[in-house]
Amino acid sequence: MSTTEQRKVIDSRGSFCPGPITDLFKAYRSAQLGDVIELLATDPAAKADVTAWTQKSGNELVGIVDEQGYARITVRVTKKR
Amino acid sequence: MSQVTSLRTEEEEEQTERMLIILSKGSMDMAYPALMIATTAATMGKEVHMFFTFWGLQAVSKKSVGSLKVSPVGNPGMPMPNILGMIPGMTAMATRMMGGKMKKAKVPSIPDMLKMAKDLGVKLHACSTTMEVMGVSREALVDEIDDVVGAATMVSLGEGGQTIFI
Repeated sequence: MSTTEQRKVIDSRGSFCPGPITDLFKAYRSAQLGDVIELLATDPAAKADVTAWTQKSGNELVGIVDEQGYARITVRVTKKR
Repeated sequence: MSQVTSLRTEEEEEQTERMLIILSKGSMDMAYPALMIATTAATMGKEVHMFFTFWGLQAVSKKSVGSLKVSPVGNPGMPMPNILGMIPGMTAMATRMMGGKMKKAKVPSIPDMLKMAKDLGVKLHACSTTMEVMGVSREALVDEIDDVVGAATMVSLGEGGQTIFI
């Protein structure tokens, strides 16, 4: 729909719960519908936590990619409160 | 397509789910989990309330919020015999250890967690009876506190939602 969709990378590496989720949420708050947020996390709980967050908040989990020593979790903003 | 999906879920989730966290302890290892759960639940769209009662008031008193401690006494989870925990300096040591580990995991300090909770829309309530019994005035509490309430308010805040007692 929009042509101004943004892609934002949030680096939460080294940060543990609730860090990655609150970092993601802060980016989500300032994001527009359709924007994509990439969260980089070393916390092993981040994958499950972000998955739960997307289900609860009605946003889309695009994918989780395991990089060297961290996970790259991609979320698309499909719902704004 | 995503627009249609989001419209539907919006209608379904008309009612906001609630969570009430009662903090009755005044130590660092109790305040942290309470605030971690509260902030996370708030990011997940829940209406979150925290009720600070008894020693939990320590976590929102200006005087003690920045210096909550971890006690090795009466804590079988600590990796040392309980009797050693009574030696002077052990509480300070346990507190330093946990504080240092929290910092390493980039977990904010308790005062910063309170600010974050507030920023995420968590409502903070102080227990009036405990304040009276312990001689704590409203002015002695951190600015983040929304109001001073009693148990009846607390019960109604928890109605129909999830309640966690710490």
